[in-house]
Amino acid sequence: MGSRADPGTVEVAQLVAWLETFGRLVHEERDHLTALDAAIGDADHGLNLDRGMRAVVERLHADRPATVDALFKTVGMTLVSTVGGASGPLYGTFFLRFGTAAGPVDELDAAGLATALRAGVGGVVARGKAEPGDKTMVDALEPAVTAYERAVGSGPEHAAAAASEAAEAGRDATIPMVARKGRASYLAERSAGHLDPGATSSALLLRALADALAGTLPETTDGRA
Amino acid sequence: MVGIVVVSHSPALATAAVELAREMLHGTDVPITVAAGTAGGATGTDAVRIADAISRVASGDGVLVLMDLGSAVLSAELATELVGPLDGEIRLSAGPFVEGLVAAAVTASTGADLDRVAEQAASALTPKASHLQH
Repeated sequence: MGSRADPGTVEVAQLVAWLETFGRLVHEERDHLTALDAAIGDADHGLNLDRGMRAVVERLHADRPATVDALFKTVGMTLVSTVGGASGPLYGTFFLRFGTAAGPVDELDAAGLATALRAGVGGVVARGKAEPGDKTMVDALEPAVTAYERAVGSGPEHAAAAASEAAEAGRDATIPMVARKGRASYLAERSAGHLDPGATSSALLLRALADALAGTLPETTDGRA
Repeated sequence: MVGIVVVSHSPALATAAVELAREMLHGTDVPITVAAGTAGGATGTDAVRIADAISRVASGDGVLVLMDLGSAVLSAELATELVGPLDGEIRLSAGPFVEGLVAAAVTASTGADLDRVAEQAASALTPKASHLQH
């Protein structure tokens, strides 16, 4: 692990490092995510996603698939079965579509990663039927993938860093929004003034990708803080 | 006969709703299956379980899926993508969880087709609403 023959490609090991990093960030931010959800939802987002990503990382350590499509099918199906809340089918669909778009390959180039990310976000939009401005995951994911696509020529590492910055800006932009999807929509105008928990965890997903591709991970990591 | 899948965050809620519906069936064996809670026993919904439940009650006559709130709907929609090729259509009901299930079960027990079962589930609040208007 850790030696990359070609900085323009992303190998399965780095995608696994992305998932491990996401799991670690979700675990570290678990109580924050749940507190955000307590303000405008049913107070389970951090707990649910942490449970799901722990199961994902355990499964990948037990049996790591060799191809990108198989890897993300495992990830998606595990989340669907363990998360329980709406983030299960939403993140599950993201990873399932990501894997299907990537196909049975053992590495992705910058453009291949763009295609997979775009397919994943398309899946979240199709599943949740949310549009930008609805105060959801889409508000972080959509600008992130657009930023990645714009920076794709500079390679996956730089494009992922751009995507992470855009996701965090998109996350912060959810604060004044009025929720139109999920349980937060019952609060209507009272949902304004709060960060959206789904957009917050989605920003962690892109932060994890940027960190994993920047090679900031230790040589061996088990995904736990 | 149309099969029915009952999707809930809570196994206890789903099981009790099915018991209530079965009281109306007088022993007619309508295929009804529960998909509730997650694989780890947590409160929530699990698209893989829902897909399995759909496969178990599926026949050429089709399947109607009743859901409680929130993620139940998203998980059921994902389940229709995960389930393999089946004879017969899978339809998700916008009907109310308890009243819709009772109406669907009773209608299915008469041998009605999926259109009719789905229609009865979707309009299952009508008797309550009209009662309260008077």
